[in-house]
Amino acid sequence: MDIRISLSDGVPIYQQIVTQVRYLVAAGQLEPGVELPPIRSLAQRIQVNPNTVARAYRELEREGVVEKRSTKGTFVSQSVIRLSARHRQSELRDRIDQLLAEARQLGFNNDQLLEQIESRLRILDRKQKRADSAKPGKN
Amino acid sequence: MIKNSEHAQPEPLEYDFNGESVIEIAGLSRRFGQKRALDDVSMAIPRGVVMGLVGLNGAGKTTLLKHILGLLRAQQGTVSVFGKDPSRHPKQILSRLGYLTEEDTLPGWMKVWQILRFTKPFYPNWSDSYAQELLETFKIDPKKKIKQMSKGQRARVGLTLALAHRPELLVLDEPSSGLDPVVRNDILAAIIRTIADAGNTVLFSSHLLDEVQRVSDMVAVIRHGKMVECGPLENLQTRYQRVTLQTDDDASPPNIEAMGKWQQNGNHWSAILDVDGEDLEKAVSGIGGKIVQAHGVSLNEWFLDTSRD
Repeated sequence: MDIRISLSDGVPIYQQIVTQVRYLVAAGQLEPGVELPPIRSLAQRIQVNPNTVARAYRELEREGVVEKRSTKGTFVSQSVIRLSARHRQSELRDRIDQLLAEARQLGFNNDQLLEQIESRLRILDRKQKRADSAKPGKN
Repeated sequence: MIKNSEHAQPEPLEYDFNGESVIEIAGLSRRFGQKRALDDVSMAIPRGVVMGLVGLNGAGKTTLLKHILGLLRAQQGTVSVFGKDPSRHPKQILSRLGYLTEEDTLPGWMKVWQILRFTKPFYPNWSDSYAQELLETFKIDPKKKIKQMSKGQRARVGLTLALAHRPELLVLDEPSSGLDPVVRNDILAAIIRTIADAGNTVLFSSHLLDEVQRVSDMVAVIRHGKMVECGPLENLQTRYQRVTLQTDDDASPPNIEAMGKWQQNGNHWSAILDVDGEDLEKAVSGIGGKIVQAHGVSLNEWFLDTSRD
């Protein structure tokens, strides 16, 4: 589970963990039933206070993203699929909002921004096609 | 990194900001001659919490820590650690506490194993195997003399002495200052490890605010001997925001109280504001401006902005 902590943007660390785990689950990188790393080992790996990781796990549990199995550990919820469509949408919306704010700051107007997005999409699609055709035996 | 040790890890870490306090200080004042080093300082540190203590040089951090260690007796106010006055019951309190100061105070003529043997009798809970494990983790040769070691290695010996009895309370006075990133990492790991043993408490002062932000549950900010903030780090982060405004007036800063100074960039003004309970939108539209951007601030950014006189 790849969690990255940023200290510069003023978002509380527990919140960063919650957002990233939610994202990994929504993106299907953490599948239902998968166990999250124990609090202490994640805390030591990303060098934050174990209390903070515990707080993030509690929040994720409250949201239904993960579930605690008594003493065994914390697992991605089986029921998480039902949540994921909504979560995916809200994750995307947050990121779009962020992009829009930054584009404004940089002085792009709406048309310029849409143009840029379309151009990036075309490049991404081309790359994807090339990667797919390079893969032997897949489709 | 410090390895997991033999003893079983107890279940979860829970702390309660309003729970039982390990350290309680009320109305503490201290003068050195004419200088007021501490001025009516109060703070409470609940069990199981990492408290970061920050402030400029000479703000009073070390003086405060010395009161907690019982090295100074309160002239005014009260200091209580584990429910007792540390200046009157030093033995009982120091045996449950581990501490490391910035100063290099280990006797240079001693070998590492000698200083371990010398320190052990002060601590009923001293664990030889844990001390051994720490030395191995830190790659310290017990046969080496202190004065033949680098500053970083000496700090690691100090850390071993502070941790080998698994203290209920770890007090670190600027443990990272002047040390390289690898040693700083060991110190951070030690803080994390200490708190992972449920119920332990850490108080550490530091100038490295990124480190404080990384590991602290609570922060205390001291300025000119006064406690100006003391509470959960998260409160600080939700309460203060860097706000950028656009106004028609590019001659004078917005008439809204900021933590530091308003900075101008064309007709944009930015400053860190206390947005707690304030209706920011209303205040801004009241002066005929609009909010361009508002976001949280890092501890470092907040501290820099609020510490300039």
